Amino acid sequence: MVVAIYTHRRIVNLLALILSGCATLLGLLFLAWILWTTLQHGLAALDIKLFTKVTVQGAEGGLANAIVGSLVMDTIALVIATPIGIAAGTFLAEYAHRSKLGAIIRFLNDILLSAPSIVLGLFVYAIVVLPMSNLTHGVVSFSGIAGAIALALIGLPVIVRTTDEMLQLVPASLREAALSLGIPQWKLTTQVLMRAAVSGIATGVLLALARLAGETAPLLFTAFGNNFMATNPLDKMESLPVAIYQYTNDPNPALHAMAWAGALLITLFVLALSLFARWYLHRHRSAHD
Amino acid sequence: MSLSSSPAVETASLRSEVDAHHDAWFRRTLKACALLVLAALLGAALSTLWGGREVLFGHGLHFITSTAWNPAANDYGALAPIFGTLVTSLIALILAVPTSFGIALFLTEIAPAWLRGPVSAAIELLASIPSIIYGMWGLFVFVPFMAHIEPALGNTLGRIPLIGKLFDGPPIGLGILTAGIVLAVMILPFMCAVMREVFSTVPARLKESSHALGATTWEVMCDIVLPYTRSAVIGGIFLGLGRALGETMAVTFVLGNAYSVTTSLLMPGTSISSSIANEFNEAVGLHRSALIALGFQLFVVTFAVLLIARLMLHRLARLEGN
Repeated sequence: MVVAIYTHRRIVNLLALILSGCATLLGLLFLAWILWTTLQHGLAALDIKLFTKVTVQGAEGGLANAIVGSLVMDTIALVIATPIGIAAGTFLAEYAHRSKLGAIIRFLNDILLSAPSIVLGLFVYAIVVLPMSNLTHGVVSFSGIAGAIALALIGLPVIVRTTDEMLQLVPASLREAALSLGIPQWKLTTQVLMRAAVSGIATGVLLALARLAGETAPLLFTAFGNNFMATNPLDKMESLPVAIYQYTNDPNPALHAMAWAGALLITLFVLALSLFARWYLHRHRSAHD
Repeated sequence: MSLSSSPAVETASLRSEVDAHHDAWFRRTLKACALLVLAALLGAALSTLWGGREVLFGHGLHFITSTAWNPAANDYGALAPIFGTLVTSLIALILAVPTSFGIALFLTEIAPAWLRGPVSAAIELLASIPSIIYGMWGLFVFVPFMAHIEPALGNTLGRIPLIGKLFDGPPIGLGILTAGIVLAVMILPFMCAVMREVFSTVPARLKESSHALGATTWEVMCDIVLPYTRSAVIGGIFLGLGRALGETMAVTFVLGNAYSVTTSLLMPGTSISSSIANEFNEAVGLHRSALIALGFQLFVVTFAVLLIARLMLHRLARLEGN
């Protein structure tokens, strides 16, 4: 009787362990499947034309304008999000570490981190695209700058969070030593703490870039898309994710190859960035422990 | 000679005054930036509420209960997209919760130390793949695959009374079930990361003592680890749900874009986010207002879900005294 119960428990245990191994294999299988098909189709479609020709509606072109547009908008987005994010993260870590306001903002920042990006796109449409169109009587409506603002909203919470975390990792003795020398708080923050945490904060910016570079939904109604080369941020602007979206939506299968090529570029970029950032963060964290 | 008139003390007090002034400004600037986070969330809610006011208040309950989505007649009922969003997210949860629990169990209890790092890094990589790639892969690779699988599903599960209705439909690969599976793969790494993290916070003492009493790994997991981390696990699940509800690009291609509410999971459908993505740029007037109203609903629902998620996650942190 006792033996029977024990055998039963062991069988249940074995089954559970085998199933959990299968679950892990399943997860890895999907990762390999997605990466493999992207590599396979993307490499087959890779061509110098991609970098020299612009996108064409319903016909084979290139991705030159999409690559340039993505670079321009990602850069502007980082230029907007980085100072604001670092400042907000510093406020949370240094000034509002234990306050109620700090707790609320930290909490809402975590929610913004996973808020639906398409709604952020609608928000930027309402506060940037519509007013600009009204002010200029429709000359400027959808624009690269609007797209960049939407992307900045997506990168912002990532930077806020890593800055907050990284500053809290700086040892208290460093703060106390500086304060005991009579240094004002703002100098302590910018010249001592920021310097100690700079590599961690930079990693946060890279993670934000990895996050916003692949976003499509918020760009649809802000930067819109453009089949011409545009470098002026006040013009409608194409981007890699939106170009992939358009090429994928096209019924012509010849264009799907272009979508795969774009997918390969964006996936390699994003994965390389986030792998590097994670590796760096990991090294940094273990150095502090 | 009084102290305050000494030139050294005077410069010192002047300097501390200037410093205090700078400090106050520095603090105010930082605070303003931090408040921008608040403003972004509040702005997103208010701007979608304002943009969708004509339909939200004009159509009233009809907007939520009706399945009519007719831009030509300016009649908008959002039941089909709401239904699609909820059902695809539910399928994603049903599939992803046990799988991510299994992976977290494997990573914290079973895998040898040298395997943990690489495997958890690989699972986390799933989270960094852009959603448009999920969408493309879903449409070009996974939909044809599902088209092969679905006839078999119809012949086996479809024969069972009651449940059978769910798998009774055209086996074309596109549809609610496929979208749910793609979503499951997408939210898997988020839930898995939370579970793995909280499982590793369980004190080794607790686990070791129950092992010493003769409990198997599975029993330790169910009776010690899960009760200890329950609120955080639920928080992680809600975090995944929040992601699934708001996801756009991964589901837009594979849903099939049809305004219908059906009992069959093999039928094409639509979701709130994919309706907005597909139609917003062509919509004018009331149609646009209806889409923005949909966005407002999505925002409110995901906000509530993420709020619960964060509160649950907070609970465990407080329990530990952090």
